[in-house]
Amino acid sequence: MKKTSLYEHHLKLNSKMIEYAGYLMPVYYQGIQSEHHSVRTHMGVFDVSHMGEFLIEGKDALTFVNYLVSNIIVDDLSKVTYTLLLNEQGYPLDDLLVYVIGKENILLVVNAGNKEKDFDWVSSKVDGFDCVARDISDNFSQIAIQGPKTQDIIDKILDATVSDLSFMHYKVVPYKEGHVIVSRTGYTGEDGFEIYGYHNFIIDLWNDSLALDVTPCGLGARDTLRFQANLPLYGQEISETITPYEAGLGFAVKLDKMNFIGKEACIKHKEEKTRKLVGFELLEKNIPRHDYEVYKDEKLIGHVTTGYLLAGFEKPIGLALIEKEYGKLGTEISIKIRNKMVPASIRDKKFYTKNYKKLGGF
Amino acid sequence: MIKKGLLYAKSHEWLNVDGKTATVGISDHAQDNLGDVVFIELPQVGQTIKKGESFGAVESVKAASDMYLPISGKILEVNSALENTPELLNSDPYGSWIVKLEILDEKELDSLLKDSEYKEED
Repeated sequence: MKKTSLYEHHLKLNSKMIEYAGYLMPVYYQGIQSEHHSVRTHMGVFDVSHMGEFLIEGKDALTFVNYLVSNIIVDDLSKVTYTLLLNEQGYPLDDLLVYVIGKENILLVVNAGNKEKDFDWVSSKVDGFDCVARDISDNFSQIAIQGPKTQDIIDKILDATVSDLSFMHYKVVPYKEGHVIVSRTGYTGEDGFEIYGYHNFIIDLWNDSLALDVTPCGLGARDTLRFQANLPLYGQEISETITPYEAGLGFAVKLDKMNFIGKEACIKHKEEKTRKLVGFELLEKNIPRHDYEVYKDEKLIGHVTTGYLLAGFEKPIGLALIEKEYGKLGTEISIKIRNKMVPASIRDKKFYTKNYKKLGGF
Repeated sequence: MIKKGLLYAKSHEWLNVDGKTATVGISDHAQDNLGDVVFIELPQVGQTIKKGESFGAVESVKAASDMYLPISGKILEVNSALENTPELLNSDPYGSWIVKLEILDEKELDSLLKDSEYKEED
């Protein structure tokens, strides 16, 4: 089992540790609900060092990455792009962030659980391009500081100006005897920053943020926050059996781009979409969990991808992948929970309005 | 924390036996492992449940866990206060009983652990 550079720091804070994607990670410190609330109203810091980082280096780096992923990656050294890594059949192997660090130097940030699979895939596709792929995950740590008050302290923590970044943009800033990458990104639906750097830099930043009253948050709150903001999770809303269109991720597939892996299949998937990711709420108290069956009358029409009973919500809410024809708002459905059919209703899946900072005409 | 004078199941339920009835709850270790409890599903009064069968579920924000009856019993009463305040299982696990039941086979009590034998392990 792997440990991140912050492992001992989590133990000091009496975190509840769990096994996740081959790492021992904190699921919560004080409690998921209080940590969720801290991020929505103040600030929280997450250890996300288990995420994978690959570097694509060489003359063809940009051309290769554009062939590799579904979104358009432009030669802009300040932009972060959300995209999908598709197989030839047009199904997502992962969702990831792409940072163009230099013209011949591109950083891919992938999900922890898919790291090995992704790297094998990327390595198998690089032949014929004048570039190499390196898995640099073990060299770096990463934290995410998220919440509406983050902007007030981020420059202080880093001793640099980064609060002028717009959402989905990044900077490389000097820190101690080196540099860190700071991007205005995150996966909570809240304003915030993700910071990548050598382990000792990130440990210092973790401690500095705690000293400035930022709440340590675990993977539990990370999941409730991303779900509430309708951000998909690989393995639940995204998988190798769900097309990008069914998952509502068509925006990250640019069919007008030059050839990329999975393009031909995606053209078909777009036309043949039969399922749809919808929001729903239960009409009585219970909790809809991942993989529970969804019915319309007696007919099985799909499965729950994520569900929660969140503090502040009168009704339990969830996301489900169902047959498209039943996806109309207000449609009455049932969720099978422990052999009981619990009535539910289709609703808007935007359970929370995202609070991103888009500055300077972006 | 392990409360003295109770019987325990390896699956982390506690029982307080009084003659032919038993009061059942979940241990402090169980609630600590679950985290914030947000929902509890209780059985029907009058229902007969066999040893080892589920008598309901307790759910934290993150996970659902079935609760298993360590002895066979007929449900006499359920603690319906937990339906509105399930978090009592976190704050007072030994004061927050879940069901009271009529013991159907007293011999089954022999398989339970005394407080000194119960271990707070997964």
